[in-house]
Order: sequence, then structure tokens, then C-alpha cells
Amino acid sequence: MAAEMHVSLAPEPIAHIGSFVITNSMLTAVITTILLASGMIIASRQIKLHPAGGFAGAIEALIETLLDQMEQVFGSRQRALYYFPFLATLFLFILSNNWFALLPGFNTIHLGDVPLFRAVTADLSATIALALVSVVLTQVYAIRELGVMGNLRRYFSSNPAMNILGVQEIILESTRVISFSFRLFGNIFAGEVLLIVISALLPILGPTPFWGLEIFVGFIQALVFTMLTMVFIAMSTDKEAAHH
Amino acid sequence: MDAESMKNLAAGLTIAIGAIGPGIGIGLIAAKAVEAIGRNPESQSKVQQTMILGIAFTEALAIFALLFAFIILFL
Repeated sequence: MAAEMHVSLAPEPIAHIGSFVITNSMLTAVITTILLASGMIIASRQIKLHPAGGFAGAIEALIETLLDQMEQVFGSRQRALYYFPFLATLFLFILSNNWFALLPGFNTIHLGDVPLFRAVTADLSATIALALVSVVLTQVYAIRELGVMGNLRRYFSSNPAMNILGVQEIILESTRVISFSFRLFGNIFAGEVLLIVISALLPILGPTPFWGLEIFVGFIQALVFTMLTMVFIAMSTDKEAAHH
Repeated sequence: MDAESMKNLAAGLTIAIGAIGPGIGIGLIAAKAVEAIGRNPESQSKVQQTMILGIAFTEALAIFALLFAFIILFL
């Protein structure tokens, strides 16, 4: 039975352009990005003062929910709107990739020996990239909001004893890259393996409840990734909290 | 014991031991959240949100253990 199950920790190459390797997760990333971008462009063209509902209305409701959520964390609508494009893109990208990977065809359509599609979030390089973007942008926003000195003052003060805590804080913030990326990768990859194993054990009706579980996990992980980034940005760009 | 069975044993033990801590942790989080909602039902949505965030943090540890189990098995 173990021989039937095809599980690979790393994404597999499906094509080469010169020395540049195209992996199956990159193909999925391009497809989901195109679908997401074109869907949003279509929705944005249909925006009217009195929305008629339908596709644009659904997207509008989604955006409105996200924005309300952000307003609660950031404290004001203005600040929420400022960080909205980045955070909403992060959320929608992760969510659509998590869910897209649950479609039939993933792990079953093969090109030669390797699956043609692979969930982007089940590729450690992709999640590390997302985590790096999240952590680095938090610093960039903090510098933009508080200035270079203001950002440094978040970690160091004139009191030398407190500087040890500052160093500790910096180490803590850099380990966020690891925890962010491994949490997302681990959840989605483990889900994929779970589905493969259950499909091998109980092919009929067995995987159905786990599919439901994976839909839930995909949503929660997208939410957690975005929520944490949001909270960290809100904390590091808070002008009042910086002076204490 | 040969290397293959050692590997299987190690993978099984990794996730078995690794799931204990997060299991207790998630139980504690859910118990406290239920208690808080019971005391103040209006705060349900806020408590729920914080609870899910806390669970995601705790669950990450179990997922790390699971990942290492996979790495032992498949690499």
C-alpha cells in the first residue's frame, strides 16, 4: 500500500527553461494568481452606487467583512484602509491557494511521474517567502510610521539593562519567519498527506469528512496568518505604545 | 532492530509525544473560553476570535511534531 501513495516533501520539477526549474507549485501559484486577479478586476468593473448583488456584491461583502475586522484591530478606519491592500491580498492569496488545492485533480493528474499541480502553501519555499514578506513589511511600516530612530527606540532605550530585552525582542521577531512559514506549510502539507492516506485506506466516502476539515483548516490558517501579521503591524506602528 | 523499523518507530513516537502538550493546551484554551462565554455570553464573538488565534498558536507545535514525523518517514 505504501508504494501506491505518492508523498513528496518538496515540490517536484515539471519543466525547465534553461537552468530555471519550474515546479508544480509554481504552476498552481500562477493559475491561482491569474484567477484571483481577473476575478477581482471583473468585480471592480461592476461596482455601482446601488449594488445589484451577484458576483460583485459577494466580493463587496467579503471586502467589507475584512475591513470591519481590520478596523477593530487598528482602531480607526483610516489606518485600516492604509494597510488593507497588503493584508487583504495576503488573506485572499493564502485562502484561495488552500482551497484551490482541494479541487479534484490535485495529486491525481500526473505529468510523467510527478503530479501536475501542488498546493502553493504546501511548498515550504512559498510559505517562507510569504513569512519574509510579512516580517520585513512589518519593519518597513514601523520605520515609515515612527522613523528609523523611532523604530530602534522600540527595542533600545537609554537604560542599558533594558537593552538585553531589546535584543531578545529582535531575536523573537526574526523567529517569526520560522513559526509563520512552518505553521502554514505544516497544516496544509499535513492535510494533503492526511487526504492521501485516508483515500488509500477508505476510498469510498472515507475522505469526505476530512475534506470538510481541510476546508475549515485552510480558512483558519489563512485567517491566522493574516490576523497575526495584522496584529504585529498594528503593534509596531502604534505611535502611543512606542513612547513608554 | 533494523534502520527501517527504527525510522517508523521514531516517526510514530515523534507525533505521539509531540501531540500530548498541544492537546492539553488546546483543552485548557477551550475550557477557559467556554467558561468566559458562560459568564458573559455577549462577549462570545470576541472570545471566540481570541480562542481560535490561541488554538492556532498551540496547534502549531503539534504540527511541527507532525512535520518532523513526515520528515523522518519520507526523507
